[in-house]
Amino acid sequence: MARKLLLEHAHVEGINTYDVYRKHGGYRSVEKALKTMTPDEVVEEVKKSGLRGRGGAGFPTGMKWSFLAKPEGVPRYLVCNADESEPGTFKDRYLMEKIPHLLVEGMITSSYALGANTSYIYIRGEYSWILFVLEKAIAEAYNAGWLGKNILGTGYNLDLYVNIGGGAYICGEETALLESLEGKRGNPRIKPPFPAVKGLWASPTVVNNVETIAAVVPIVNDGGDEYAKIGIGKSTGTKLISASGNINKPGVYEIELNVPVEEFLYSDEYCGGIKNGKKLKACVPGGSSVPILPHYLVCKTAAGEQRLMTYESLADGGFATGSMLGSGGFIVYDEDQCIVRNTWNFSRFYAHESCGQCSPCREGTSWMEKVLHRMEHGQGKMSDIDLLSDVAKKIEGNTICPLGDAAAWPVSAAIRHFREEFEWHVNEPKLCMERNYGLVKEPVTTV
Amino acid sequence: MHAVVENGTPFKYSDAARTEVLGLLKKYPEGKGKSAILRALHIAQEENSGWLSVAAMDHVAEVLSITPIEVYEVASFYSMFNLAPVGKYVLEFCQTGPCAIEGAERIITYTKQKLGIGKNETTPDGLFTIKQVECLGACGYAPMMQVGEFYHEHLNEAKIDQFIEDCRSGKINKGTWKMH
Repeated sequence: MARKLLLEHAHVEGINTYDVYRKHGGYRSVEKALKTMTPDEVVEEVKKSGLRGRGGAGFPTGMKWSFLAKPEGVPRYLVCNADESEPGTFKDRYLMEKIPHLLVEGMITSSYALGANTSYIYIRGEYSWILFVLEKAIAEAYNAGWLGKNILGTGYNLDLYVNIGGGAYICGEETALLESLEGKRGNPRIKPPFPAVKGLWASPTVVNNVETIAAVVPIVNDGGDEYAKIGIGKSTGTKLISASGNINKPGVYEIELNVPVEEFLYSDEYCGGIKNGKKLKACVPGGSSVPILPHYLVCKTAAGEQRLMTYESLADGGFATGSMLGSGGFIVYDEDQCIVRNTWNFSRFYAHESCGQCSPCREGTSWMEKVLHRMEHGQGKMSDIDLLSDVAKKIEGNTICPLGDAAAWPVSAAIRHFREEFEWHVNEPKLCMERNYGLVKEPVTTV
Repeated sequence: MHAVVENGTPFKYSDAARTEVLGLLKKYPEGKGKSAILRALHIAQEENSGWLSVAAMDHVAEVLSITPIEVYEVASFYSMFNLAPVGKYVLEFCQTGPCAIEGAERIITYTKQKLGIGKNETTPDGLFTIKQVECLGACGYAPMMQVGEFYHEHLNEAKIDQFIEDCRSGKINKGTWKMH
């Protein structure tokens, strides 16, 4: 049975209330950190743990923390990114709904480590009911003396607030989030300066994902070395995976970062296999932005090795034959799904969510959406396929923030692996409106 | 992105809402009260029958001591703010990938036919508006829609029928910002 560090008590009745959470060992990390550790020692444990950002980028959290500038007399901020909106991802919602105090506890311990005296949780506007779940938990934490002035008599002060968004995927990008938190449109900032130097109200700021901050709790409780023992290589600890699509058991699962993809997909402990006895066609393993994998590259790599749910193994083969762990948004497609339609769907999403600042993204995402739309509706030309690849290539790397890349990668990957399905749409304009293409063939490789 | 065009009727926060909005300012450093804008707009929208008129936005600007243009440019950026009148129940269907492959398109079409309206349209009785939105973070519980504060998940035709009936008979509480 896999160890659960975050969701261990998720099903305990009343765990969303302070008393029950505390009874199950809650807030121990705050006691330990504030009473027995210096802030730098907490940062050191997080470094030792090997924890990587759980929002999607996978950047080492301890390193991110150590970049935080500490000029005298200037406030520092910790901002939690709870603007979860990567299609296929709903793990932070689950964590905040079920165990809000875990996030509050993580915020206190992490704020102490960073020397922040005011911290914010920025939550997406659509999760409005969770705003109230969190505010209730925060009020309970204030009452119990975990927030406010002179916490546990240590002289450390912390205020924690929740800020609500208004519906904008782009605000999950950390500098857009900071703009939004300042009460503006969510337009990403040009970097440098990075938030660690100039972030919220031009003060040094760390922005971390909900799950990242929650993971600080077991890291401080058990020590970074203990956390690093779980997983493989540079993929340490546990990860929340949001499983969706055509599977028997969609939902949020906490896995140790060493589970084979095949086990995750087919075992009853996790996804429980493809629904209705259908065959697997494809999988997007890390949220809509990461490259889609055709059925023959999901459970094994191009080299024929078993693929694991780790940062490295999912990326094995680069973009040619691999993908990314990303946010852990694991979307499964059965043989009845149309890859062109799905690619069009994702392109529409990115075109809608582009903030419009950079021309390649603003124009390119809409252009891809239009071309994919006509292709899906039987009006595509053979030259459209290369046109799509070309537009995607011209967006990638040419924008202020990674939304451009996120829009380009799914299109490039779909064409890379499913070109015959795109060609079929052009060659069979009537048929493609009536039925789906089915499985693509695995290319024959000569060893 | 939407154009700010509708004028609407005069708007002022209720006393309770005004107190709530002014209370938000203490979360931010001196002079940074603009940070309260999104929540202030959600509350204004709630009190203005589900949409933001120019009058409502001007009032938010006044309460937050910022200029009206600062409010317009924010309200027009975020998808949750309606800049034209909407029905009492705004049905916001997720149409993104994971919902789409689990039947969102079928459910959206069914609801449109049942209510006799299209995307961004309101029924003549002023009860229902249909919006199609992007990923709401309910991918494992697809297909789904958001109405007010609540998520309605694992949708099927029977659930839509029941929901609409319950709205018409006044049984459904759409969920508001003021209930907490």
